[in-house]
Amino acid sequence: MEVIRFLFRNHTQVLELTLEHLWLVGLSTAFAMIIGIPLGITIAHWPRWNKPVLASANIIQTIPSLAFFGFLLPVPWLGARADRLAILALTLYALLPIIRNTYAGIRGVDAAVVEAARGMGLTESQLLFQVELPLAVSVILSGVRIAVVISVGLATIAAAIGAGGLGEFIFRGLAMVDNRVILAGAIPAAILALLADFGVGWLERQLRPR
Amino acid sequence: MPSDNPTPVIEFRDVSFQAGPTQVLCGLTLQVAKGETLVLLGRSGSGKTTTLKLVNGLVTPSSGEVLVNGATHREVDVIRLRRGIGYVIQEVGLFPHFTVARNIGLVPQIEGWKDDRIQARVQELLHLVGLEREIAARYPHQLSGGQRQRVGVARALAADPEILLMDEPFGALDPLTRDELQREFLALRQRLNKTVVFVTHDLHEALRLGSRIALMEAGKLVTVLTPREFIKSDDPWASAYVRAFGDRLESITNRGA
Repeated sequence: MEVIRFLFRNHTQVLELTLEHLWLVGLSTAFAMIIGIPLGITIAHWPRWNKPVLASANIIQTIPSLAFFGFLLPVPWLGARADRLAILALTLYALLPIIRNTYAGIRGVDAAVVEAARGMGLTESQLLFQVELPLAVSVILSGVRIAVVISVGLATIAAAIGAGGLGEFIFRGLAMVDNRVILAGAIPAAILALLADFGVGWLERQLRPR
Repeated sequence: MPSDNPTPVIEFRDVSFQAGPTQVLCGLTLQVAKGETLVLLGRSGSGKTTTLKLVNGLVTPSSGEVLVNGATHREVDVIRLRRGIGYVIQEVGLFPHFTVARNIGLVPQIEGWKDDRIQARVQELLHLVGLEREIAARYPHQLSGGQRQRVGVARALAADPEILLMDEPFGALDPLTRDELQREFLALRQRLNKTVVFVTHDLHEALRLGSRIALMEAGKLVTVLTPREFIKSDDPWASAYVRAFGDRLESITNRGA
């Protein structure tokens, strides 16, 4: 109850931090999609590249997030603004599920369908846009969904380097040893994650081929 | 007779194909005349599917040349070439996210046909392959195996190609449906006068459908014979096929007695 009262009393700040949080997650997910989907398509067509690409994305995933934020801090242009840095790190973390699912989605398209399409005289881009991507889209989106949910959680840590977001409350609450303040950050973050999960999941169902 | 025709529709000139360390095809020389149905008969791994894929450029020869209407694949746009060649495979490969109508109309659509012309063509083709018009709105997973392969044939015929390549198209069907489709294929061939290359491992199918049978074994062309010649042939491979086939018939008859 006290948490809810706290949230209401500070609603402008809660809103502001939520928007910051959304900005971090939204922008980094968009970047990760812009990079990850073409990369996933590429390694699905040139399997020679799939090991190095997936391994790199995997290694990035294993770096502890707090350490990662710290490492990037001294980098010239990036370190100048904490949100840039946070967005870069979150983008890199979001890459793995997106690349992996794009790869799996495209590879999962029935080989006979691809062969028939080529045999009929579809160009490689017609094959990609009319056949492979429509058939892989729900698998790709489930990768995006995982990426978003991870990002919402990770973005709270970005507050440690001053990038803003709902993590501000969490770190402040930790410093003040005040559970109300921690929860004021954690609850909206959890709600955001659930909404994002639900939203992308809905989109995934809409676009799923029959 | 094929030999009377000066320019074969399809010609293989000393074609070999190597995939990694395996020699899939070795020195294949073969001509397919206009309007005939050439059956490539052989066991799995004999190179018959590769031979078929050489025609529409899904496979590029390691050496030798494949000519379609007198031109090699290097001289023409392979994408254009493929749109003029119907391709039917055993697994059919219908697009699961498209309706039957869109599946059949895809090549006309990317060729820029007008919508009403495509719709008319789809109806015409459905009728041609013996399917109800209502099927046009269905999705592939709502069809039976026989219906799916009929749609596959209709799709291959959509842009009215001169050549039809068929890779064991009826191999996965139950015997009754297969018989039905073979019969319709014969009727269809009579009406449309296409040049057909047909891959099968079933001698019965080869004898029934082929104008000529090209027997393949281990990447080599053994012999090319008409069905009538094939049955009487003293070629060891050909007679082995006939014997295996005859034994099967005999054993069935004996059981009935």
